[in-house]
Amino acid sequence: MIKAWLVIKELLRGAWITFRHFFVNMTFHTLRLFGIKTKRRGAVTIQYPEERKELSPRHRSLHRIRPRDDGKPSCVACMLCVTVCPSECISVEAAEDPDPEVQKVPAKFVVDLNRCCFCGFCVEACPVDAIRMDTGEIRLASRTRAGLEARLDKP
Amino acid sequence: MLADVLIVLAKVVLALTWTLLLALFLTWVERKESAVMQDRIGANRASVFGLRLFGLFQPFADAIKMLFKEDFAPTFAQRALHWLAPMFSFFFVSVAIVAVPFGDSVRLFGRRIPLQVVDLSAAVLFVLAMLSLGIYGILLSGWASANRYSLIGSLRGAAQLVSYEVALGLSLVGLIMVFPSLSLSRIVESQGALLFGFLPKWGIFLQPLGFAVFFLAGMAGTKRVPFDLPEGESEIIGFYTEYGGLKFGLFMFTDFLEVIVLAAMSTTLFFGGWQVPWLGDGGFAFPWGGRLAVAPWAVTVLRVLAFNLKVFFFCWLQILTRWTYPRFRYDQIMDLGWKVLVPLGVGNILITGLILAARG
Repeated sequence: MIKAWLVIKELLRGAWITFRHFFVNMTFHTLRLFGIKTKRRGAVTIQYPEERKELSPRHRSLHRIRPRDDGKPSCVACMLCVTVCPSECISVEAAEDPDPEVQKVPAKFVVDLNRCCFCGFCVEACPVDAIRMDTGEIRLASRTRAGLEARLDKP
Repeated sequence: MLADVLIVLAKVVLALTWTLLLALFLTWVERKESAVMQDRIGANRASVFGLRLFGLFQPFADAIKMLFKEDFAPTFAQRALHWLAPMFSFFFVSVAIVAVPFGDSVRLFGRRIPLQVVDLSAAVLFVLAMLSLGIYGILLSGWASANRYSLIGSLRGAAQLVSYEVALGLSLVGLIMVFPSLSLSRIVESQGALLFGFLPKWGIFLQPLGFAVFFLAGMAGTKRVPFDLPEGESEIIGFYTEYGGLKFGLFMFTDFLEVIVLAAMSTTLFFGGWQVPWLGDGGFAFPWGGRLAVAPWAVTVLRVLAFNLKVFFFCWLQILTRWTYPRFRYDQIMDLGWKVLVPLGVGNILITGLILAARG
């Protein structure tokens, strides 16, 4: 008998929790529907394509090559990122630069996003701070494999 | 004569439309309510010409998806039975709604038309019978699928429904003793009286224990989550494992129809049906002495609204329960049915009988 009462008590406690969530959330939904701004929202959902969560400053997103002052890529084609990349997804073709101060420039700098694991080692390895992963671009889907090969030397 | 036939036809169409629309709407309510309970938003993307309306078109999108799916039956299935099973399930539940009174009556062209499809003299028994005939849909689907998991699911379902049918029947005996009638319209009419001069004479006040047993047993009859042993999603997938497309849709729809029938029956039997507290044919007569005249058409509208509101409340309550509690184990379900609800039902009859006898 006592056990039965305990069971019923716990059942009602559980029902009270869901009931409370329902009504509290419904109140905030209704307030928002009538245009009353509240600090709290009825749901924790972020409606993704329309609404974006702010990315953390250290978030590793699509790579980019930092440009030099004259607009050309600041990469010196030292191949350190190619060497360190654990998924072997970076391929760099070096070329000569007319500027005698700069030894080499990339003729082609391709990151194969099919393979990239976004570990950020290339960013760490780069001696001239040329490659960075701070574009904030996270929508990288493509219908073709070729569409996922990012040419970074071309702006 | 022709007019009578037309009236009955119109009422059948209206009642079915009401039920099916409410069931469609309930699929949306279920998604939304569960979402709100869990701090989510729920399905809100289905739109017609950019009009979203909180995803209210989702049921139609689901229906279109199900219509265009392959009509599949396994190779070893018994085709005819496999086809018939969802129809059986669907038919017996939707036919139960004809006995429910939606309102008192309207006067149209000099005729008095009761807002009830058929006023059966044994409507309570009719509804119980139709709900238990729904077992055939489950049994046939499990048998015809030629799949052992389906068969286990259907046997579990049959065992569960048969056991809870006993409690369901017993819980109503006390009510029938209090309002000595089996006709739903008579039961609703007698609930319009007052208890102790101020309380509406609703079944819940006369038969609280009966209502608890009825509602629990009825929820077990809907085969939804705390009692969803026939489905058992995590272990056997249940009696509709081999169904897809619209045939599966019919089974799912049956669940929602059962929710509606249970809500309508709880309303009709225990919460005064279409009665609004203290509202008579001429208007409100409050127990503290006030009077408020209401036009006859407004009385009818109020009563139909009250019925709908109560039904909707019970649908909401069932969905709340469904998203709150985890599933029972099989032996726990049988224990609850035979060792708790049946004795409580019998005890309820005993107490009711004693009180009735004491009052003479």
